[in-house]
Amino acid sequence: MGKADSVFEVIGPIMIGPSSSHTAGAVRIGQIAGAILSEPAVKAVIYLHGSYALTGKGHGTDKALVAGLLGFGAADERISKSLKIAKEKGLLVKFRRVDLGDDYHPNTARLLLQGNKGTNFEITAISVGGGNISVIELNGLPIKLSGEYYTLITIHKDQPGIVAQASEIIAKNNVNIATANVTRQRRGGLAVMAIEMDQPLPLEAVKQLEKVAQIVRFIQPVY
Amino acid sequence: MNYRNLRDLIRLAEKRGEKIGEIVIAVEAEQKDMTSEKVREEMVTVWRVMQASIRRGLAEENRSVSGLSGGDAKLVAKTKPSFLSRRILKAVAMALGVAEVNAAMGKIVACPTAGSCGIVPAALTEAANRLKLSEEDVILALFTAAGIGIVCSINASISGAEGGCQAECGVAAAMAAGALTELAGGTPKQVGHAAALCLSNMLGLVCDPVAGLVEVPCILRNAGALMQALLAAELALAGVESRIPVDEVIGAMDEIGKALPESLRETAQGGLANTPTGQKLNRDLPLD
Ligand code: SF4
Repeated sequence: MGKADSVFEVIGPIMIGPSSSHTAGAVRIGQIAGAILSEPAVKAVIYLHGSYALTGKGHGTDKALVAGLLGFGAADERISKSLKIAKEKGLLVKFRRVDLGDDYHPNTARLLLQGNKGTNFEITAISVGGGNISVIELNGLPIKLSGEYYTLITIHKDQPGIVAQASEIIAKNNVNIATANVTRQRRGGLAVMAIEMDQPLPLEAVKQLEKVAQIVRFIQPVY
Repeated sequence: MNYRNLRDLIRLAEKRGEKIGEIVIAVEAEQKDMTSEKVREEMVTVWRVMQASIRRGLAEENRSVSGLSGGDAKLVAKTKPSFLSRRILKAVAMALGVAEVNAAMGKIVACPTAGSCGIVPAALTEAANRLKLSEEDVILALFTAAGIGIVCSINASISGAEGGCQAECGVAAAMAAGALTELAGGTPKQVGHAAALCLSNMLGLVCDPVAGLVEVPCILRNAGALMQALLAAELALAGVESRIPVDEVIGAMDEIGKALPESLRETAQGGLANTPTGQKLNRDLPLD
């Protein structure tokens, strides 16, 4: 955790313990993963790496991730009961410990999700301290988003024009871009784009992009 | 208006004839483009959660998932003290209790971190009861505490992984010491001395949580840090001054934190975590 630039970073956040990185951060990972799936999850296979694998149980990382998937926030007292609640809601959860190698941050979770409309996603995210997180892979493609902004995500066939089109739509709506990144498998293969913005995009703007990209997601900041 | 160290904060407070907490509120309001009222209101929410965590900490056993902690706060709360006053022992129980609530996946306010969440709430609750303070007074003192925490985060660290436990429980103690001093009528300078004296007693404290969990020794350290805060406030109010200026003490904490080996910075590889019993507790933890 770096320099605090608000009173409420040193006295706060209000959270469910015991750990900002292993509990609060894990909730946020679950929340963002759930938002990307954007339909109720029916199945989640969750891989825990590094410190998440070794101390996750004691920190309630498992419960926190599932709580996030269910849409609970980091201060929600239902977190400690989330595994039971998931069962009641028909969400099947499995945890596996993995070693993804030294290249991965010690607090890494990879979630394989299936939604009730059959959508599948693979999301890998890291918890970098103080409850802050970063999604680093989406369906195996590198991406970078923190969940702190309004975020536009697309998965599209790599072809000229999509990035330009997205920026045009964003500019037209007077929305300010905070960060943007695009990566692709190979030329002409699948590409993912993540744009973090200070303001929300109107629904019609998002709809416009659905004509050119396979998958379009617009997610709200998660707290 | 802005501040980067405690000297700035003390000077601003003296110049304007205000409390340090009032300067901290004004700066927060200015930077966040909010009214002071709104900033205060947010702190009221925070304080209510702190109070609720104390209530739960004293009322329940709060066993953790790992089974390593829980029950000590209740034990302490119902004991007749042999050395401390009844009230101080009660405050100790509060600090332990909030930290146990945290370990048991209850709701707390990180202050500055989750591991050190019991110190400031226990100190301020004790002050509020003892000095018969209004909620308004306590809220203001929370901003004084926050100012000290912000300065520590700018010039050192408030993360055990970076600076050891001196950065978490040490900083929390310094925050509490400053707030207590202000509440008991201390001057801004005395607030600075209280923080300096307190932190001087916490320097070098390593982060060595058994099995990497925020339980042993974290919960105990909340109690120890609370006592250091009370002590430092008492000394500063008596007129004791820190020979080393507070910002230099914070500088020393930064230097010490950087010199700590990784094994003593939240990796659970050294210190208490690396004792035969610490290792055994780690091995015996349920993984599934
Ligand atoms: S020992 Fe480490 S984890 Fe525990 S309270 Fe201190 S800094 Fe936090």
